[in-house]
Amino acid sequence: MSAKTVTRADLCEAVYQKLGLSRTESAALVELVLKEITDCLERGETVKLSSFGSFVVRKKGQRIGRNPKTGKEVPISPRRVMVFKPSAILKQRINAEPVGAED
Amino acid sequence: MIKSELVQRIAAQNPHLYQRDVENIVNAILNEITAALARGDRVELRGFGAFSVKERPARTGRNPRTGQHVEVDQKCVPFFKTGKEMRERLNRSDIDDDSSPSKDIAS
Repeated sequence: MSAKTVTRADLCEAVYQKLGLSRTESAALVELVLKEITDCLERGETVKLSSFGSFVVRKKGQRIGRNPKTGKEVPISPRRVMVFKPSAILKQRINAEPVGAED
Repeated sequence: MIKSELVQRIAAQNPHLYQRDVENIVNAILNEITAALARGDRVELRGFGAFSVKERPARTGRNPRTGQHVEVDQKCVPFFKTGKEMRERLNRSDIDDDSSPSKDIAS
């Protein structure tokens, strides 16, 4: 049913339909949008996209983890992780869709 | 960076496009992702990450201020999993060892 996966190609198609630029250019623009967001996060900057959500980079300190297979303790090095905070509007839209409203 | 700054940066690299067009492009992308999630679909962007929807069952919650029990309906929440390349890039520039010969994923 809803096992579909949307990919870059679908985003390109959406941009192509909406703007009427060439497919090649639409694809390049989708790539550029992702690149700009990624570059920003790489610098440790937060990216806020209103009515969608924000991407935040968090720093994690060193901690002790465990290899789940062997049970051995291993130190986990300090690292940066990225989290997505969905906006209220996005959460609303996801819940607004009626699930069994077909036929 | 906020959305308008993202639009400006992209517009600066594409002088043949109106800023309004770039705004439409960014919104088209975000709307497409939102619509997919609303349908219950997954959105996978290699190198960036994947958006999916997770179901949260109904539960009895509490109003933290009054301590009263409240029934919370079943709901769906968006979930994002960071992509492999993104994870690597987040940790490449930071904290000392950026000299390690970590594999550069070329797709």
